[in-house]
Amino acid sequence: MSPSANGLNVLLLMAVVMCALSVVSSQHKARKMYIDLQKEKELAQQMEIEWGQLQLELSTLATPGRVEKIAEQQLRMQLPTSGQVQFIRVVPDGQRDHQS
Amino acid sequence: MNYAASANRDVPAKLPGWRATALFAALLAGLLGLIGRSAYLQVMHDDFLQEKGNARYSRVIEVSAHRGMITDRNGEPLAVSTPVESVWASPAEVVADGRQVKELAQILGIDIGDLKEKLADTSRDFVYLKRQLPPDLAAKVVAMGIPGISLQREYRRFYPSGEQTSQTLGFTGQDDNGQEGLELSLQDHLAGKAGSQRVIKDRRGRIVEDAGSLRAPRPGNDIALSLDSNVQHIAYRELESAVREHKAKAGAVVVLDAKTGEVLALANYPAYNPNNRSKVNMQAMRNRAVVDLFEPGSTMKPFTVATAIENGKVRPDTRINTENGVITVGNRKIHDSHAEKEPLTVAQVIQKSSNVGSAKMALMLPSETLWQSLSDSGFGASTGSGFPGEAFGRLREPGGWRPIEQATMSYGHGLSVNLLQLARAYTIFAGDGEIKPVSMLRLEAPATGKKVFSEKTARALREMMEAVVMPGGTAPLAQVAGYRVAGKTGTAHKLEGGRYVNRYVASFVGFAPVSDPRLVVAVMIDEPSNGQYYGGLVAAPVFSKVTEGSLHALNVPNDAPLDNVLAPPAEIIKEEV
Repeated sequence: MSPSANGLNVLLLMAVVMCALSVVSSQHKARKMYIDLQKEKELAQQMEIEWGQLQLELSTLATPGRVEKIAEQQLRMQLPTSGQVQFIRVVPDGQRDHQS
Repeated sequence: MNYAASANRDVPAKLPGWRATALFAALLAGLLGLIGRSAYLQVMHDDFLQEKGNARYSRVIEVSAHRGMITDRNGEPLAVSTPVESVWASPAEVVADGRQVKELAQILGIDIGDLKEKLADTSRDFVYLKRQLPPDLAAKVVAMGIPGISLQREYRRFYPSGEQTSQTLGFTGQDDNGQEGLELSLQDHLAGKAGSQRVIKDRRGRIVEDAGSLRAPRPGNDIALSLDSNVQHIAYRELESAVREHKAKAGAVVVLDAKTGEVLALANYPAYNPNNRSKVNMQAMRNRAVVDLFEPGSTMKPFTVATAIENGKVRPDTRINTENGVITVGNRKIHDSHAEKEPLTVAQVIQKSSNVGSAKMALMLPSETLWQSLSDSGFGASTGSGFPGEAFGRLREPGGWRPIEQATMSYGHGLSVNLLQLARAYTIFAGDGEIKPVSMLRLEAPATGKKVFSEKTARALREMMEAVVMPGGTAPLAQVAGYRVAGKTGTAHKLEGGRYVNRYVASFVGFAPVSDPRLVVAVMIDEPSNGQYYGGLVAAPVFSKVTEGSLHALNVPNDAPLDNVLAPPAEIIKEEV
């Protein structure tokens, strides 16, 4: 074997070792990043769940029945009777409305 | 001694030839054995071993998919799934002392004996300790850190509108599958499909690598119903107060969009709270408007009259002699509670709800013709709501109707309907003669209707039914300030064991505004027993309030002056029942 071939072998061996080590380290990095990704995903899911719960809470608080009760009992409001409601017709083209 | 002789031998004694052969054979056999074994492991047993190997670090995990949301037509949530935690144990792995077990039982709110029993059963790998726990309690369980006890995420359904939509929506079971109502009939659309994923876990149980998705999770679809939360609330509120006021057994209200056939409200009372079903009786779970049948009584008369007009037998102003309120058909008598000496016009037959007049008109028609038009009006057939357990009602085939049967059928006896059918049939009069299919889902475009009566007939009936709510009609209490309304009362004896008993079903079906009908409202009160039982006294006021509230909620402009409500006379015309 010539000395140059020997040198090449050593060089290649070093390259292989380097590659092997970098595979290990990048695998490790990838796993760490994956764990982070997983955490973020979990957070996103958690937030989605919270959103759902907030939505549920909102709609529970805003049911017509509850709103009506608070308006009547706490705020002393009342539904307008038919006599107290007036519909205003929007007439296009500035025409006069003859009906009301 | 001959030591020397043997020591002097420089060539060792020749070994017997068979030893080498035997040794070689043994080695060869060993080698073959190894090759065979490795072939066996590598080729034949490969899958099993690969699996075992993977099982050391790779896991298949479930990726849960949530059930779709049900909303009303405006996107207000009516049913929402949200995750809750269930606590489970692998009894063989549980290491806990007596104090910890006691504390755990307290947190879970279960009997300590039960808990110990469950944990003692080491033959099982998986046992639920408590399902569907609120998140704060679940966190406490985790904080205890007992090995072998874990949480599992499950979904639970919540219904913000509570009892108002309880029977219509139905509910889901523990695994979030629909069990009743629309939750059941829409199961395929709503249900999510859980996926699974292969992952690699490290020693501490963290997922470190995604080794490929086996099945992608498919979340359920959201569904928008045709219901309108506001209208539903109004309908339920008025129904509840009427049922209480009249000490009735039950009641139902249906509000339909007259243009599209969509169900805007479907209320039943009594109802139950779907979020807490521990004390629900079966009666409260019935969606009476759809699954219960009743004899409609006089609310059928408009169909008889429309058929007679359509077939040219009468005109709205034709006078019909009501024979002082009694006629005999076959061997039975038909009565009017309000005997009129003068002959009534066809319009007045509707207005005053004359059984005699209606029977006479029915007897002018061949039974096939009457049957055909009732059948075309959707009686005895599905409404198309898709609601599970819908009762189709009974409309007998025309062959062999006796005259008395034809006469009684003309005012709604001898046939049965559900309230939704009745409301749907009135879309014919509200919509110029076309019947619309009923839809529980929000429609993007109105469904196409089917012509039952001509536009002229439908308009004529509309006019007649408007007279019903005027003084002199059976239901002045149905009037609504600022809107023209029309409708028809019904009061019917209930059938029990084939006999009519002195218990009643009071009903009113109508629509508004008459100038361009937007809503069809049907009210049914079952067994009012606080003295009054006439449809015009019990059901008509509910109609009036529900219609007024709904028209306001939907911003429908007035079509009458605001002082249009005319005081009814001292005694309201009562119909024969």
